Amino acid sequence: MAKQRAAVLGTGQTHHRSKRTDVSMPGLLREAVDRAMVDADVGWSDIDAVVVGKAPDLFEGVMMPELFLADALGANGKPLLRVHTAGSVGGSTALVAASLVQSGVHRRVLTVAFEKQSESNAMWALSIRVPFTMPVGAGAGGYFAPHVRSYLRRSGAPEHVGAIVAAKDRRNGALNPHAHLRQSEITVESVQASQMLWDPIRYDETCPSSDGACAMVIGDERAGDDSPAPAWIQATAMRTEPTTFAGRDQVNPQAGRDAATELWRQAGITDPLSQVDTAEIYVPFSWFEPMWLENLGFAPDGEGWKLTESGETALGGRLPVNPSGGVLSSNPIGASGMLRFSEAAKQVMGRAGEYQVDDARTAMGHAYGGGSQYFSMWLVGADKPA
Amino acid sequence: MSAPLDIGFDYTRSVGPVLGRFMTALAQRRILGARGSDGRVHVPPVEYDPDTAEPTGELVDVAAEGTVVSWSWVTDPLPGQPVQRPFAWALVRLDGADTAMLHALDTGGDPTSVHTGQRVRVRWADEPVGHIRDIAYFVPVADPPTDPAPTAPAPPAADTGADDNTVDTVVTPVHLNYTHSASLEESRYLRALADGRLLGQRCPACRKIYIPPRGACPTCGVPTTDEAELPDTGIVTTFCIVNVPFLGQRIAPPYVGAYILLDGADIPFLHLVLGCEASEVRMGMRVRAAWKPREEWSTSLENIAHFEPTGEADAPYASYADHL
Repeated sequence: MAKQRAAVLGTGQTHHRSKRTDVSMPGLLREAVDRAMVDADVGWSDIDAVVVGKAPDLFEGVMMPELFLADALGANGKPLLRVHTAGSVGGSTALVAASLVQSGVHRRVLTVAFEKQSESNAMWALSIRVPFTMPVGAGAGGYFAPHVRSYLRRSGAPEHVGAIVAAKDRRNGALNPHAHLRQSEITVESVQASQMLWDPIRYDETCPSSDGACAMVIGDERAGDDSPAPAWIQATAMRTEPTTFAGRDQVNPQAGRDAATELWRQAGITDPLSQVDTAEIYVPFSWFEPMWLENLGFAPDGEGWKLTESGETALGGRLPVNPSGGVLSSNPIGASGMLRFSEAAKQVMGRAGEYQVDDARTAMGHAYGGGSQYFSMWLVGADKPA
Repeated sequence: MSAPLDIGFDYTRSVGPVLGRFMTALAQRRILGARGSDGRVHVPPVEYDPDTAEPTGELVDVAAEGTVVSWSWVTDPLPGQPVQRPFAWALVRLDGADTAMLHALDTGGDPTSVHTGQRVRVRWADEPVGHIRDIAYFVPVADPPTDPAPTAPAPPAADTGADDNTVDTVVTPVHLNYTHSASLEESRYLRALADGRLLGQRCPACRKIYIPPRGACPTCGVPTTDEAELPDTGIVTTFCIVNVPFLGQRIAPPYVGAYILLDGADIPFLHLVLGCEASEVRMGMRVRAAWKPREEWSTSLENIAHFEPTGEADAPYASYADHL
């Protein structure tokens, strides 16, 4: 199936904070949208369609954001779509936008994802007690902590590896002016000294709760050719699986492995660790870095932690992971996936500033959501795909 | 079987500079509209121009009196609706505005007293707080009801910015009242629980046993009809220790939330482990259900108060490695 070439023409994001009470939801989105449109050097008349994503409705108590956001997104008189895939939504929203260009339907598509977590309480929203069940649910951390424990048992990873990830991502975040948490002084030891929230996950190994938005303008080949530094979309993949079934691998889900296999196949990549220069991977709890390194094929099963421990995922390493600081530094949930995708694009566009990876030509953006059941990812490059 | 599922949360809304000024003016018993790029005045004001998508700038005062553009009668008002006797939802175009706003129109409960083109005016709340319900409701200009309408409780007070008295945040409580229904298969499992039995279902194709039963195998896609009764013993596959308190929590932390794989089952479920220190809970630990007293049993997995260690040797890792 032949796709049209497509490229990221520009990206924009807010300065992520715990509370942005100075702006409305539309106003929050517009900060990101305006920056993306300036970055892409486009005006409203250049935009053919708009694709918006946000986290699950209970998180903000907004059920149909596309209705009241149409004015703010310049979408009146244009196609406007909303995408839902839980925490991966920022990634899948970008992929839906890309597909509208790759299919040849539209020339330029604006895509935006957001979260205003301060207007609700995600921990509450994720712990709704369903009748007839045991009320043991305890938010996302409570959901993922047992699977992190399984990873530790299966891989034999030393306990300090999670703290290495957290300290690295927070220090990276200190290089990123948009990051919510900017902790240049954090250390492995200080992470290990922080409170155990959902044993084995500590406070400093946990993502913050942020207000923020992210936007991108995706254009067709002609628009990409006219852009001074586009990020060409080399490959895209999405896969889904049920939250629970007998024999499900919760540590290394099949859907994630299948999506990665498809991504590398499309891009002609046979050795991801050598051929990809940097990756923005959805790591809301520190241990998901080594877990996803394995799931995505950057490391053999059980050995992802060795890349982290040896410093290969830090800036200057073989595969810098989350040079922007990642989800551990900023987590506007609905936007977090799109932030991963756009930070990958910024790397190959050479626009990552203080956290620019030297000579980044090929970068991966990744998101997952639900109970590790939705996976979306793309590979972007400085070079136009063959 | 079904049971109520009632959830609610007081969501906050930061309204931004345009609606913030609108709300602030309401507290002063003034109504503001936004002038759009085509000269039309939008009430309530829009933050972004519907035609150009540019931020709207100029806010102008409009009248507290206007004309009914269209309406719909509400015979039985719901709790929380502005007027607590039969009323009309009306689209009212205020004098000076080019768009209509939706609000309640009180005619003393009489549906024959409403008509399109009717002239109406605002009845202000006694104590405005900077909220759309500072407009308590509209009444006809001619022959307004002689008695004030019963109204819902006042909305929560708005927050204002630190620097000025402009409203920046309002509270919008949302309450959702569902009836949660269990499937036929889950209902059989729940009724068995009320008898102290653990009833799963076996997939006829892959032979795997699910508890709670699903009615269909999620892997094979075939209906499941064969029932299988399971013992109340099993193992902890994996777990976490919840140390964090949160809104709506039912069990006081710290507690161990564990995946329990019953002997003979092919999928674990989440439950609580007590009967030993949290630090002593292990993957592979053998556990048994601690049932509540029989007189407290209902159709719920909560009939099992928790699982506790049996003291037997741990299950070998290989026996549950495929259940993680």
